[in-house]
Amino acid sequence: METLRPVDTSPETPETRLQQRVFAPMLHTERAFYVWIGFLLAVIALGAVAYYFQARDGLFVTGMRDRIMWGLYIALFVVFIGASMAGTFVSAILRIAKAEWRGPIVRGAEIMTVAALVTAAFFVFLDMGRPDRALNIVMFGRWESPLVWDVYGLTTYLAGSMVYLYLAMIPDLAIVRDEVGDKLSGPRAFLVRKFAVAWVFERSQMAQLGAALAVMTIIMIPVAVMMHTVTSWIFGMTLREPWNNPMFGIFFVVGAVYSGIGLIVILMAVMRKVYRLEEFITDRHFLNLGYMLAAAAGVMVFFNVSDFVTLGYKLSADATFNLDQMVSGELAPVFWIYIWAGLLLPIAVIVIPRTRTIPGIVAAAVAANIGMFLERYFIVVGGLRVPLNPYEPANYAPSWVEWSLMAAGISLFLLMVTLMLKFLPNMAMWEIHEQTEHAGAPIEQAKALEAGA
Amino acid sequence: MPVQILTAGFQLDKAENQKKWEISRRRFIQMAGMGGAATAAIALIPNVIADKQTDTRLPEHVPDVENGRIRKWMMIIDQRKCDGCQSQDSPPKCTAACITGHYVPEPMQWIEVYEHEISKDPELQPGSDITAPIEGTTFFPTPCQQCQNPPCVNVCPVGATWTTPEGVTLIDQERCIGCRMCMAACPYERRFFTWSDPPVPPEALFVKYDPTHQVPLKKGVVAKCDFCPEMARSGQLPYCAQACPQGAIYYGDLEEDVATNGEEVVKVSRFLAENSAFRYKEELGTRPRVYYIPGHGEEAGRKPTDTGLKPTVWNHRTVPEGARKWKRSGR
Repeated sequence: METLRPVDTSPETPETRLQQRVFAPMLHTERAFYVWIGFLLAVIALGAVAYYFQARDGLFVTGMRDRIMWGLYIALFVVFIGASMAGTFVSAILRIAKAEWRGPIVRGAEIMTVAALVTAAFFVFLDMGRPDRALNIVMFGRWESPLVWDVYGLTTYLAGSMVYLYLAMIPDLAIVRDEVGDKLSGPRAFLVRKFAVAWVFERSQMAQLGAALAVMTIIMIPVAVMMHTVTSWIFGMTLREPWNNPMFGIFFVVGAVYSGIGLIVILMAVMRKVYRLEEFITDRHFLNLGYMLAAAAGVMVFFNVSDFVTLGYKLSADATFNLDQMVSGELAPVFWIYIWAGLLLPIAVIVIPRTRTIPGIVAAAVAANIGMFLERYFIVVGGLRVPLNPYEPANYAPSWVEWSLMAAGISLFLLMVTLMLKFLPNMAMWEIHEQTEHAGAPIEQAKALEAGA
Repeated sequence: MPVQILTAGFQLDKAENQKKWEISRRRFIQMAGMGGAATAAIALIPNVIADKQTDTRLPEHVPDVENGRIRKWMMIIDQRKCDGCQSQDSPPKCTAACITGHYVPEPMQWIEVYEHEISKDPELQPGSDITAPIEGTTFFPTPCQQCQNPPCVNVCPVGATWTTPEGVTLIDQERCIGCRMCMAACPYERRFFTWSDPPVPPEALFVKYDPTHQVPLKKGVVAKCDFCPEMARSGQLPYCAQACPQGAIYYGDLEEDVATNGEEVVKVSRFLAENSAFRYKEELGTRPRVYYIPGHGEEAGRKPTDTGLKPTVWNHRTVPEGARKWKRSGR
């Protein structure tokens, strides 16, 4: 047992050190883990109390009313759908692009996708006036409705990402079974054995897995693009001014890529710290993702400029109202924080060499995600604020119930990610191994080359 | 060390594996197509289930078919006659009658009288030689516009709102899941949500619920003007048309080309054509069944500068103990 503590003690190979790092959280539970889980459960309990009041009194307890009838819940639904892009982006897109450095981060990113999609469904459920009738969507679902597209999309995407997560995990489960299977408790050892499906690293098995992963990779990318597009179409299929916008689909896809990359950077930083993975998650990972983050931010800037120029040039009445509320009105603080901190700051941090460090890139990723949360908030609330009839524009402020359930939803997401990272092999050992093989040099040589370059 | 042993098998076959991983463009398209077809097949399952259940819920609302004709209920609102009940010194009586008749809870106004400014354009100031009324307001009673291309019906995920063959859009409160997508879609903002147990008078609870007469209202669902087709069928005008002291609201049947305000009967096509009728937000292509004839209440003796409207009151004699009231615009 003690030899498996992640401490550099012996002249092991990088492979065994990697295994030790991966097995450590599976075999040892630190006190901090219980404290963290306890904290998350406490926040979720607060959310349960809030939901008790919402279930008793209806959505009356929220800040939403007839004029602004969607609020924080729907904004958070969009946020978590966006977060789900993390896994697809890293594992599918980087796999197709044959980016070999993806190895240590694919597992965490795929776990994040699954957790984010479950959380997104959670927020839709919170927003329903009649959650007791949720099954009506299955019994009476009409394919003409954008909401049903979302239900189909989300379930397809969730099923696909769970399959994807599991397929790529089979060899790792086999390694766990063979290396530390006897150290796991009975039920866990049993599950690991069952889910490792008699995997023995045979050539036919590897070929089958490779083919299956290739198919899933190809399916997952269009499914992800579809998911983010139909999410935008919940808004895009209405006749309201800023939403009635053919650009919305691609805008949401890019927004999801942007926030997804940011989330991976944050996850990498946390995993690196908590599981002491400095050897495997290196500057290179942060740099590569940092450049992608800046590029996605650039595309977001382009979309915003394009939107503002095409609408601001003509200044139709509704567009004028919308631009006014964003630039100088009720939503101005949210909007300008999004522009400056959410888009321009990350670009600056990554472009300037002095700040292009790991802490800098992580800070940029945090800023990007806060910015994208604010963006989703003002898309939802701003779109509903534009008056359709002659009256004073309505205002919206989330109530304590909404804030509590937002905290609970985020905690639920973190809880799922934490538990999966603990109980599943948290890095794709076999893929890292394959990649170092592929590069023709062990990890240390690769690092030495990198340091030299 | 153990990993090498375990992975020895695939290291040997690296070249072969790599070949398996690389796929041709044709194979890519094949696989993408298969994936898409499988997804579509799964997606259709709920629809197949739903198809079996569609439209079996309202057998008693098969439209009146006489001589092969189906009624097309419609409304004409003559703004020349509407003075917002200023001459009555009361809040709009159409709204009040609708509230009484349907036990509409606060703050819903299924027919709501908006006060539109005639022009906000600074160039059309008094004193210019333009003779049209250029300052002041007109009154605009706004029920559900009963669109024939209804955005709300299009987006409903469960078919809880639908258009009858007679052209009336109804809501089934027993199916509605309260997602409020229809409220986001309605460009006239004529849909209302019951944010809590609605403050309806207790006598409403004795009424048998029916989508054509949404009484009593339930918690967590959407409600709106139902155009009172059942009243029309029994020879009555809707509450709003009955209550209008100026006779500004005509209700009728496009199929029969006739409408009435209770005093006078008009031939719809001619009446609309001769009086420059328009539909609200015509440019959206929603094709409403509610027509407006422009004016500012001149036939009731109102000047455009007589602005102001008495606010609607919900004078239900009693509402249940602890019933919650809310505002339309925010907390």
